[in-house]
Amino acid sequence: MAKGTVSILVERCKACGFCVEFCPTKVLALSSAFNSKGYHPPQMVNPEKCSGCDLCGMYCPDFAIFGTRLPAEKEVKDAR
Amino acid sequence: MHADPAGVLTGTHFIDGDHAACEGALAAGARFAAGYPITPSTEVVERFAARIPTVGGTFIQMEDELAASITIQGAVWAGAKAFTVTSGPGFSLMMEHIGYAAMTETPCVFIDVQRGGPSTGLPTLPAQADMMQARWGSHGDYGIIALCPNSPQECFDLTIKAFNLSEQFRVPVMVMMDEVVGHMTEKVVIPPADQLDVTPRRFTKKAPGEYLPYKSNGDGVPDMVKAGDGYNFHMTGLTHDERGYPNMTVSVQDKLVKRLRSKIDNAPDLVCYEADGLEGADVVVVSYGITSRVAQRAIDLGRAQGLKVGKLRLIIAWPFPEKLFAELASKVKGFVVAELNLGQMVNEVQRAANGAAKVRHVGHAGGSVHDPQVILKAIQEVAR
Amino acid sequence: MSTELINPVERILRSDRMPHIWCPGCGIGTTVNSFSRALIDSNVDLKNLAIVSGIGCTGRVAGYVKLDSFHTTHGRAIPFATGLKLANPKLNVVVYAGDGDLSAIGGNHLIHAARRNMDLKVVCVNNLVYAMTGGQTAPTTPGDVITSTHPYGTFDPSFNLPHLVEAAGAVYVARWTTFHVRQLAKSMAEAFSKKGFCFIEVLSPCPTLYQRRNKMGDGLDTMKFYKEKSKIRNGSPTAEADLTKSGEIIVGKFVDRDRPDYLSLMKNQMVHTLGDRYKDEYAAQSGGEGAESCEEMGCEEEMPCQ
Repeated sequence: MAKGTVSILVERCKACGFCVEFCPTKVLALSSAFNSKGYHPPQMVNPEKCSGCDLCGMYCPDFAIFGTRLPAEKEVKDAR
Repeated sequence: MHADPAGVLTGTHFIDGDHAACEGALAAGARFAAGYPITPSTEVVERFAARIPTVGGTFIQMEDELAASITIQGAVWAGAKAFTVTSGPGFSLMMEHIGYAAMTETPCVFIDVQRGGPSTGLPTLPAQADMMQARWGSHGDYGIIALCPNSPQECFDLTIKAFNLSEQFRVPVMVMMDEVVGHMTEKVVIPPADQLDVTPRRFTKKAPGEYLPYKSNGDGVPDMVKAGDGYNFHMTGLTHDERGYPNMTVSVQDKLVKRLRSKIDNAPDLVCYEADGLEGADVVVVSYGITSRVAQRAIDLGRAQGLKVGKLRLIIAWPFPEKLFAELASKVKGFVVAELNLGQMVNEVQRAANGAAKVRHVGHAGGSVHDPQVILKAIQEVAR
Repeated sequence: MSTELINPVERILRSDRMPHIWCPGCGIGTTVNSFSRALIDSNVDLKNLAIVSGIGCTGRVAGYVKLDSFHTTHGRAIPFATGLKLANPKLNVVVYAGDGDLSAIGGNHLIHAARRNMDLKVVCVNNLVYAMTGGQTAPTTPGDVITSTHPYGTFDPSFNLPHLVEAAGAVYVARWTTFHVRQLAKSMAEAFSKKGFCFIEVLSPCPTLYQRRNKMGDGLDTMKFYKEKSKIRNGSPTAEADLTKSGEIIVGKFVDRDRPDYLSLMKNQMVHTLGDRYKDEYAAQSGGEGAESCEEMGCEEEMPCQ
């Protein structure tokens, strides 16, 4: 059960690859889709491994991605 | 609005032009100055440094004129009225930031106490050879206002006027003094604060979110704002649109730069001169600053000889009063333009006269005031 | 892909101007990301935070953050910021500029502001080159690299910026890279609340020019390079923090000391000389702070302040 999820603002992405590289649990990979500028934005390929740590969000130079912790099923965790 | 009494040294003083200019700035509400030492202007900021701590405000001597000319603009955007002062070599260094002030529409005052040039030139001797530089010294198309005091009293009065105009038009305003006016000591009367008219900054009445930093408010001049009021505005020297955001296109450039020019060029109340005897004159003597004091002697001598001599002393030299000269040119035989340079404002007179009258320059490369006899000779020749 | 959730830094950004102009793999955006997080996490009063930037790629930062922002002239962000701060001491003034802007054309202003201990927080994004104009040599460019103005390789010695600003008088000096996102944000947050001249250098990739001309890969390759070559040495002597083409990168918080800032010194002097006659116009604005003596500030610095 994923502890977090990632949101991607596709049109801002320039496919630099920082998020893919620095995700500690290798959740992301560049997709084969294109945004309107021709870049391949990332997608979650291992969503169940996402902890919502937001390291992808911290590294992104384009403000195109961020991670969010999901509330736990049994206890509601504080938003980070 | 009346002047803030804290800055008004009411009374009758015997001070030089530099000192009077400082008092003018204080009376106008200037509470910030940045400067760099340069003869013959330094006394203006030396006096400000001595006065401002008991008036309330700050002076900082910066590391060069490049810094001084933009430090004052930071102070303006924090809400203060600010000025700097310099002479030729420093004026040259300040040019980029004069352009920046014009482009960002930052109200501020630059006092240039002109001395012999070019380059290091004659640091302690007068000239009036920065006049074209005042108008065109920075790159690009922009407009400025320049005033020419001819006495310590006018150094006081016109510095106040400079601040007022800079707030009204959101433009850098030059006070073009010269070494003689700056260093001559004369009677300067400073009235009570409630007799001095001071133009306050026109801050916007719109709320954040509604306010557009560079949308003109009727008269071609946008309302202003300052840092710390929650507007989160952006200000840039790049060509920008009404939001203040860079927008580097031909159409935005056209709209912006034309507005920057026309708010000055088309302003009705930017014509200011002192004149007499224009009616029926054969020759009009045109001058400004210290030269006007010498020219007056030549004019009086000419009139005593029966010549019909008019006097026209420019007080606002830029924008140049073209219409006035164009009209006069059709009525007089000629103009004698006396200035302490090898020909600067005379070119404007020539341009405005457009061949309808003779235009004769009387000047030299600087270092001393004119000999009135030389001006008189020119008057006689043009009158023939 | 959820669209209801908002990027935690979005409220610091001028969203209407996204996407920004910086290249893929450029690190400037990452520094702005750290900056935004530092602003939010340190609970700084954003209304009274002003940002002043210079000219160049880093100079564009001011245009992308939703603060009172000033895009000034090349090299002159620091004197503009000085005017802002002196005329309204309540403002927290950040200067965001590049290595060429700050240390070449702006070098004089950099050292004097540090000397004066002007209360400014300077973020120097160091991509080792003049990027916006096409990749010319900067005072920070290491030796033996290709730039557009050194087509046969650089040979003149380069600045060690932390060393320079420490010697000039800065009270807070740190260097990070765009790999060190957390440490960078932490340094920035520390600087916001530290009085005096704070200088944070951030090494950042310029994949389009510096890295490409020197066959050093792209932005991601550079980030990996930073990760591999950086050595965190907090408190390390700045003299040892020289940068070379492919050697060790010493990062860390190098200097964190206390000296009275310019405004405190000014007030001190005025009160000392003028007593009651001194009109501290800013007493209300700066929260009623009186002049702080060196002793009151707990400053035991041996270095003469005056």
